[in-house]
Amino acid sequence: MAQHQVNYLKDGGLPVALTTIDKVVNWGRSNSLWALTYGLACCGIEMMASGASRYDFDRFGTIFRASPRQAELMIVAGTLTKKHAEFIRRLYDQMTEPKWVISMGSCANTGGMFNTYATVQGVDRVIPVDLYLPGCAPRPETLQYAVLLLQQKIRRESASRAQKPKRLM
Amino acid sequence: MRAYTPKDNVQKKPYYTDRYWVAPQVAKTDVSEDAVFAADLEAIRAKFEVLDAYIQVKQMVVVINAADNFGVIELMKNELEYNQLSELSAIDWLAKEGKFEIFYQMLSMSKRKRIRVKCKISEKESIQSVEKLFRSADWSEREMYDMFGVVVNNHPFMKRILMPDDWEGFPLRKTYPLQGDEFAQWYEVDKIFGKEARDIIGPENRDPARVDRYDTERFARLGHEVPRGTDISQGEPVTPLCYQESDGVFLIEKFDAEKSVVISDRDR
Repeated sequence: MAQHQVNYLKDGGLPVALTTIDKVVNWGRSNSLWALTYGLACCGIEMMASGASRYDFDRFGTIFRASPRQAELMIVAGTLTKKHAEFIRRLYDQMTEPKWVISMGSCANTGGMFNTYATVQGVDRVIPVDLYLPGCAPRPETLQYAVLLLQQKIRRESASRAQKPKRLM
Repeated sequence: MRAYTPKDNVQKKPYYTDRYWVAPQVAKTDVSEDAVFAADLEAIRAKFEVLDAYIQVKQMVVVINAADNFGVIELMKNELEYNQLSELSAIDWLAKEGKFEIFYQMLSMSKRKRIRVKCKISEKESIQSVEKLFRSADWSEREMYDMFGVVVNNHPFMKRILMPDDWEGFPLRKTYPLQGDEFAQWYEVDKIFGKEARDIIGPENRDPARVDRYDTERFARLGHEVPRGTDISQGEPVTPLCYQESDGVFLIEKFDAEKSVVISDRDR
């Protein structure tokens, strides 16, 4: 018989937490955002730095996966060329629901300085984007902030309903 | 946004001319000034017709007939010791002369000399491949075809190298608009969603400076975020930057500075 006795009614000792299903599911989703390794250009270097030890994405539950089947977050880091556009769409379609997209850097947002024939003028022409991250290139802190903002967005959403088809503009 | 003025034939009708502009010319000197080049030129002249030859910036430039290109390069490689083809491409002179200029930049490691071989072909003509002599010509000739539409005969794999295979048009021609023709502007939409999606997706925004202050469909001001599509012409509420929700996250403890302990004794 243990000498130590827990007073379940004091100091939050009751090992029970009351919550809603939505909160639990969204808590799980928002804190285990597995991102697809999608470095397309120089923003990819900043994304790698974010994942490495100094900025350490793992502590937010963001682990980079090399397969779209295991990823639910696509960080489009860099210039999207027209040649590559069909492949980004294919990879996006292969990701399982629920899925989110962060458009990282000026090139992914609007085409940036590549106002030319060969560059897609913003990835939102091809895939729906949840969060636009400005900068050329954004520093790892900025990407961390974007992921935290996305976590807040996920926690605000209702978990039970089917994913609303996102508007593609 | 500025009205789009088609910039076709920019060589024939320049949209801006400076009255006092004098195009800088690199000085040309006679080949006889350099003994090595003079000997090389004699060797080429013995077998092929040379249209023009001069020295420019310590390099000899030899202009030949387009039909002789394989023979001249072969002669230079096997007999004149120019054992490296460092560059090969075309220049678009279609508007001015109706011709492409094709140049081969050669380097001799033993002589420490560089020669540029030039020839001209019209748009419909094709040129002989030098891939059999220099492997580096493989990709260069593919790129020349991709960018200018110069067809190369006897090439082992004549296919586009940079642009997608189903691309239309040759981007490095002077008549090709920088922001792409209609095919290029709708390429990804046509390919992924089909032509009927053009109306839904809309044309590309080619003015990167365009920011609509009250557009909440595309933009959100940091610290003033509102739900998408909200009318903010009357002002928007301030939402201070925060890394977590103010009341914390379920099952995740917030860092509390009050409860924390600062360890000042490092050896503890």
